[in-house]
Amino acid sequence: MSTSVLYDAPGPRARRRSRIGTAIALLVLGTLVMLAVLRLVDRGQFDYELWAPWIDPSTDEFPLVWGLVGDGLRATLVAAALAIAFSLVVGVALGTARMMLGRAGRVPVIAFIELFRGLPVVITLVIVWRFFEELDLDISALPGEDGLWYVVIGLTLYNSVIIAEILRAGVASLPRGQGEAAMAVGMTRWQVMRTVLLPQAFRVMLPALVSQLVVILKDTSLAALLAFYTELLRRGNLIAQNLDNPIQSLFVVGSIFILINYALSRVAVWLERRLSRSRGSDAAVKAAEQAVPAT
Amino acid sequence: MEAVTDNLDLYWSGFLRSLGICLWAMVGSLALGTVIAACRVSPVPALQGFGAAWVTLLRNCPLTVVLFFVAFGLPELGINASYYVFGVGALILYTSAFVCEALRAGINSVSAGQAEAARAIGLTFTQSLSTVVLPQAFRSSVPPVGSVIIAMFKNSAVVGAFGVGRDLYSLSERLTSSQGLSFIPVLTGVAIGYLVITLSAGAILALVERKVAIAR
Repeated sequence: MSTSVLYDAPGPRARRRSRIGTAIALLVLGTLVMLAVLRLVDRGQFDYELWAPWIDPSTDEFPLVWGLVGDGLRATLVAAALAIAFSLVVGVALGTARMMLGRAGRVPVIAFIELFRGLPVVITLVIVWRFFEELDLDISALPGEDGLWYVVIGLTLYNSVIIAEILRAGVASLPRGQGEAAMAVGMTRWQVMRTVLLPQAFRVMLPALVSQLVVILKDTSLAALLAFYTELLRRGNLIAQNLDNPIQSLFVVGSIFILINYALSRVAVWLERRLSRSRGSDAAVKAAEQAVPAT
Repeated sequence: MEAVTDNLDLYWSGFLRSLGICLWAMVGSLALGTVIAACRVSPVPALQGFGAAWVTLLRNCPLTVVLFFVAFGLPELGINASYYVFGVGALILYTSAFVCEALRAGINSVSAGQAEAARAIGLTFTQSLSTVVLPQAFRSSVPPVGSVIIAMFKNSAVVGAFGVGRDLYSLSERLTSSQGLSFIPVLTGVAIGYLVITLSAGAILALVERKVAIAR
């Protein structure tokens, strides 16, 4: 059992109390789970017909639904990968511009960052989508369907400003002497930023950056809500409408999202451990938590 | 800009409705998040496991999936409510996981010596918890919990996009489809409404942070 600041390592009496507490908690949680399961059984949600398309390879629907889910998953991953790549490029550019430009040049960059940090991501997506449709802009030259690019551009606008702020927090967390020493040996400001500050900021902020990647992947599912791109969730929803089994279909789709994001989160934790062992980056990670929204 | 100026009363009621969603969800997720955090730091392993599972499942699942689960799944089980209630409920479930983690970090950041010192001067477990550890934990949790709440305010737009009716987002759909107004000015008004909510929440948070800041 893990110990906490709240209590000492348990002695024999505390262990007995904890065992009693565990028994009561298990009883209460078990009863709640059982009630939920009974309710599901009662409503016929465990009926074979509802689950068969998902779990029984001998049915005609099985290869179909999993094929469609595969398409949806591919669409989600493509959108996420593109949004991640563009967000990183634009985010680095914005962050660097904010740190290096003079007072006048910095104002529009700051305004841009504050605007897209304050807007809800779903509003950003709608603005991009409507903007392109309203102005009848032709993006058919780009590979893939139009919906893909609405997601990618919307998520890039929203996430690049957050990545810019993460990097700025990273640079701010470095000792001043790093930049001063580089200047002292005659490097230009741009060289200092590119070869001394940014590489270190990236390393310090890697865990926060990976967490942001999880957010990007989760946010691709907002396209399903606005129904302009058939990614994993929308695909699952369409299957559920056809088979009339929303609970079962959402269960499968939700599990896929949880598995992928959990794996990515573990990478973030692993990176954090690895990096914090080699150097104290606590202050930087705290600064990053302040800079980025938590969800 | 006529789209905004001609419909100011609509915008105002939409703004109030969105603010209402935010406030209900804030109260609910703070309460639920505190309960889950209490489970996670409790000495009882079963509760710890429950809290950990709750956080892992909700944190890695997109809000949209949670929303669909609540809104399409619960009616299958015979639980019916308006999309407004389902939307706020899903927002509370989703945000509680993040509030829990922020609170837990606060509790763990209190140095062990504080609790030891409290016991050394003869305070009981309950006394040391309520007078020494928790007050410090709550103070240091204010900034991260505040960021979570601001992020939740932004996520409330997702609930609007789900069609709860008469909030800021649904308003844009209504104005553009029924009155044939152009999307860009209408959406600009909506965006300003959300900016007002999130920026003022940020300002209030900064004020609270200054009030409770621990001198270091």
